Amino acid sequence: MPRISVKVDGVTYSDDVEPRTLLVHYLRETLGKVGTVIGCDTSNCGACTVHLDGRSVKSCNVLAVQADGREVTTIEGLATNGRLHPMQQAFHDCHALQCGFCTPGMIMQAVDLVTENPNASEAEIREGMEGNLCRCTGYHNIVKAVQQGASATASAAGGEQS
Amino acid sequence: MTVSPDAVEDLIEERKDVDTSDNEREIGKARTRKEDERLITGRTKWTDNIQLPGMVHLVMVRSPFAHATITNIDTSEAKTAPGVYAVLTGQDVADQQGSLPTAWPITPDQKAPPHPAIAVDRVAFSGEVVAVVAARTLAEARDAAELVDVDYDELPAALDLKEAADDTVLAHPDLGTNKSAFWQFDSATAETGGSVDEAIEAARADGIVIEREYRQQRLIPAFMEPRSTVVDPTGEQFVMWSATQVPHILRLMLSLTLGVPESKVRVIAPDVGGGFGGKLQVTPEEIITFLVARHLRKPAKWTETRSESLMAAHHGRDQWQRLTLAADKDGKVTALKVDLLADMGAYLGLVTPGVPILGAFMFNAIYKFPAYQFNCTNIFTNKTWTDAYRGAGRPEATYAIERLMDELAVEVGVDPLEIREMNWIKHEEFPFTSVCGLEYDSGNYEAATERAKELFDYDALRAEQKQRRESGDPVQLGLGVSTFTEMCGLAPSRVLGSLSYGAGGWEHASIRMLPTGKVEVVTGSSAHGQGHETAWSQIVADRLGVAFEDVEVLHGDTQISHKGLDTYGSRSLVVGGEAVIQAANKVIEKARPIAAHLLEASADDLEFQAGRFTVKGTDQGMALGEIALATFAAHNLPDGVEPSLDSDATFDPVNFSFPHGTHLCAVEVDTETGMTKVRSYVSVDDIGNIVNPLIVEGQIHGGIVQGIAQALWEEAVYDDQGTLVSGSFVDYTLPTSADTISFVTDNTVSPSTTNSLGAKGVGEAGCIASTPAVVNAVVDAVRHLGINDIRMPCTPERVWKAIQSAGYHSGETTAEAQEHFVEGEANQDQVGNDPSAAVTGEQS
Amino acid sequence: MIPTAFDYVAPTSLEDALSALAEAGDDAKVLGGGQSLLPVLRLRLNAPEKIVDLSRIDSLRGISDDGDTIVIGAMTTHDEVARSELVREHAAVLAEAASTVADPQIRHRGTLGGALVHADPAGDLGAPVLALDAELVVVGAGGERRIPAGEFFQDLFETAVGEGELLTAIRIPKHTGWGGAYEKFVRVSHQWSIVAVAAVTRDGEAKVALTNMGSTPLRASAVESAIADGASVKDAAAKAAEGTNPPSDLNGDSDYRAHLATVLTRRALARAMGG
Repeated sequence: MPRISVKVDGVTYSDDVEPRTLLVHYLRETLGKVGTVIGCDTSNCGACTVHLDGRSVKSCNVLAVQADGREVTTIEGLATNGRLHPMQQAFHDCHALQCGFCTPGMIMQAVDLVTENPNASEAEIREGMEGNLCRCTGYHNIVKAVQQGASATASAAGGEQS
Repeated sequence: MTVSPDAVEDLIEERKDVDTSDNEREIGKARTRKEDERLITGRTKWTDNIQLPGMVHLVMVRSPFAHATITNIDTSEAKTAPGVYAVLTGQDVADQQGSLPTAWPITPDQKAPPHPAIAVDRVAFSGEVVAVVAARTLAEARDAAELVDVDYDELPAALDLKEAADDTVLAHPDLGTNKSAFWQFDSATAETGGSVDEAIEAARADGIVIEREYRQQRLIPAFMEPRSTVVDPTGEQFVMWSATQVPHILRLMLSLTLGVPESKVRVIAPDVGGGFGGKLQVTPEEIITFLVARHLRKPAKWTETRSESLMAAHHGRDQWQRLTLAADKDGKVTALKVDLLADMGAYLGLVTPGVPILGAFMFNAIYKFPAYQFNCTNIFTNKTWTDAYRGAGRPEATYAIERLMDELAVEVGVDPLEIREMNWIKHEEFPFTSVCGLEYDSGNYEAATERAKELFDYDALRAEQKQRRESGDPVQLGLGVSTFTEMCGLAPSRVLGSLSYGAGGWEHASIRMLPTGKVEVVTGSSAHGQGHETAWSQIVADRLGVAFEDVEVLHGDTQISHKGLDTYGSRSLVVGGEAVIQAANKVIEKARPIAAHLLEASADDLEFQAGRFTVKGTDQGMALGEIALATFAAHNLPDGVEPSLDSDATFDPVNFSFPHGTHLCAVEVDTETGMTKVRSYVSVDDIGNIVNPLIVEGQIHGGIVQGIAQALWEEAVYDDQGTLVSGSFVDYTLPTSADTISFVTDNTVSPSTTNSLGAKGVGEAGCIASTPAVVNAVVDAVRHLGINDIRMPCTPERVWKAIQSAGYHSGETTAEAQEHFVEGEANQDQVGNDPSAAVTGEQS
Repeated sequence: MIPTAFDYVAPTSLEDALSALAEAGDDAKVLGGGQSLLPVLRLRLNAPEKIVDLSRIDSLRGISDDGDTIVIGAMTTHDEVARSELVREHAAVLAEAASTVADPQIRHRGTLGGALVHADPAGDLGAPVLALDAELVVVGAGGERRIPAGEFFQDLFETAVGEGELLTAIRIPKHTGWGGAYEKFVRVSHQWSIVAVAAVTRDGEAKVALTNMGSTPLRASAVESAIADGASVKDAAAKAAEGTNPPSDLNGDSDYRAHLATVLTRRALARAMGG
């Protein structure tokens, strides 16, 4: 079995994996990072979205061996020093989740989206979240949360610079 | 640390200063949810997250055929594959697995085939389990499952619902028929109204008769968390974690099905990722996981893939509705007759036969119909079993009547809102006994409709529609109305008994007053996304005058919440919430004599307000937290009083609740492509008093999108071999954020009289209301072209074909378009009924 | 959800990749971005014995200016293609089409070369590549071949890339100053195209290609000649389905697709022409 070295949520891991192991299975089963979940088998639902080298990907659609030498951030690594990421806070404030199963992937994709486009319009947010399915919220409050999360992220970043 | 009696007294003293005056205003606050923290940080407890030492992983082997005899199963190669502990077939467990339960025999002579968890000698739908593989890892189980060699002899399959009703091909040859049951309600027989036949005859002579046939397509609940079950046989007990809506019902049914004493089974529903009725079930996979764990004496886990879920978790809807509406010339309805064919699929699930019956009382909706008849025939086919899906029966009924009211408006030549107003129950007429004999306790259809019109800008949109029609705009505007009601809060046990349902409809709650002033609330209604932890905390904070943060809600574990009937049918707040109130009331009444004793006052002189007992006319008083601690210490209690404030209540309502609302939808239909886009959507719901407006809004939003999805996007389609074609999220097309819009929602309030909260239930409202609102809008957009129906889902192809068969060419003005058709001629009810499977999703 | 077991190599040079392929023969599958291949493997619709992952070969990635041509490495992601100033300026229709593929996460991983070799007729990259008269650079033991897009797509999931060969780059003649539009029709946004049309236009000239109107991307030659002959956009677009053989499935039968092709062609032409 190939040996891989991956940095996940700030910690470097070195493991032997079967080549067929999906990144999401590696995260959940080998590392116990069960915050990232599996919602489908065709890469439609986006529940397993994580960041790979800073960009959002569906971790069911990446082999663990492909993440060798790379850096992964999951929902579990988003909060820093016990403080929620502004996007997590926005999802809470806007009641953007009900059952919460899609939420980890939704938040990870939302963070990617606002990093890319901090001033996204409602239409751009709706397009940018199209790879993540939610069955509970009707997306209404998710869109609101991404809007709030975008401005909170921007002001947090601005605050750091000054 | 030692706790001396003095320390306790000091604590009691400290609590006196706690200001509780704000707490009683908790109900009605838009509290953000307590549940969220674990969900937004990835600390959620999903069943599939559970790892136990020595746990084996299961993979099901499923039939690729819709109907076949199993002639041989060779498991030898699979059994010797790496990591495999066991491979079990139906034969192996035939004497243990029993038959999966149905809790609702709607008639005494209802026919039902045995329903083994693992098929023994015959499979009746594609996706039925024929063997299970248990291995050390999921990958090994998956690999070995491919080595199980099953020989089948294919049998003819009953697939099309209408054809199955003719009994030419039998889904279960041993039954001799595909008819499971026939159920009728007739207002003349029930003496709740007149004879439909007489009224229809009269209307044919001098009035209006509208006859239509509508299709409720087959849908898939498609909760986001795939089903998952873990069973741990620990010594004498079996602990089952399952992604279920119904841990209590599941425990009882496991016991009855497998003959295991109920007291030896503990069921835990940890965090559950959505259900929508789809997890209101006792599943073959739960039974199988239990059997394997028992067989191997090891913990076992099964988690489905999405493809498995779509093919084997129960489906919803799937009816043909034949409808006859009679009215006088002015549009006042005189009778409604409903003939349903309902597709059970291959087996009866927990409440499969009763789903259409839940709709039987709702076809008359908010209207005053003098005569009504409902006939339903439940039919078996060789497809996945159907059962509850959000709304269960009521969306089907609401769709039919709200579509018909639009048709009636067209016949009479008035606005759809006007025809509704002519027929609905006026607010001063409540309580009103419907033609089905149900007593609607409260409602105000005028108020909700007025508000919705205002928010929607109805008149301006009508003007724009007219202008687009006149100019021949390729994009036409349609407005859709749905003024719905539903019966919620399942419910009065006596009524359920009279409908032959196998259980009651009460709900249970306990409140435990902890010595530190914190409160634990145990509810039998187990949430899977609804936010009970937050709402119940608000109710208890309000009633007991304790802080919202000091209330902890426990649920979903039969060992903690020993009694309950779980979450479905918009029942949690109106039944379970009321049980919580009643338990809280008991806490207060248990605290009263203790407070009187401690305050040296008469119990009759005490008032309880904002969490404090005060002696009337004085400033002397004690907070509930003080009394809780004093009760725990039990140093100074009145004689004969038990040292506990903990209380239980089980609430059984005397009536259903009847939420209602007016939903208005504007769609744009691109006549060139047939594509429908929802442009604006307004809902005004009257769900009685609201505990948490944030949660209510969320329920409405999600419900609206699920209902729109039935109208426009979703359908479970089988091919003519009985294989589910829409078997993945590639083809079962759930809407995304990019396909939906933001909604305008508001509420009017006419409190329910059946519970002290005045609440009516909101879980299904959006989903029930929105489907007809959208289809009415789509039809309205192309009505002037001579189209009066488009079958759901109104796909671009169906809409475009309807436009084509009306002879319209995009860009023509209304006047030009109308040259193409003679009124009535293009009025095909069955647009989209092309028998070609590829086109319509119906197997021919 | 778990693929069958396979061996895996991730060569860092093209030479190593070719020899890995040669060694494995029939039983190997090439992994580009994996966004179509991995679902296939998870559903066990295919069970290769060896996976050759190209993602560590840096030379296969990137977009460069080569005079009158832009060269896109096969392993360049959809996201990179969609954002590239070079592509947007000289092959706008390709940038637009790339921005419509699936969803953002898929576009971060999926590659232009991978999508073209996968050759799903409902995929969005074939039509623009065809309309732009691109050349596909294929390398094998026998050296490099340049295949015109018109000869590249051979059938459903079948291309001119031979056994032991790899698609390394896509060479696109600059269409500087041409208008471009990709009109994609779906019922819900994350679907594969039901039908889509790529149009590239300048004065009196149009190049039009169709997605999912047959077993391969197709040039709408009748439309192109009509435009060349001075027909109106509307009249030219009416010929969009000529010579096509569109599929029938849950999203529409072939008649409906044929109709959609005409509407979408009209819209694509009009938009490409700036109207």
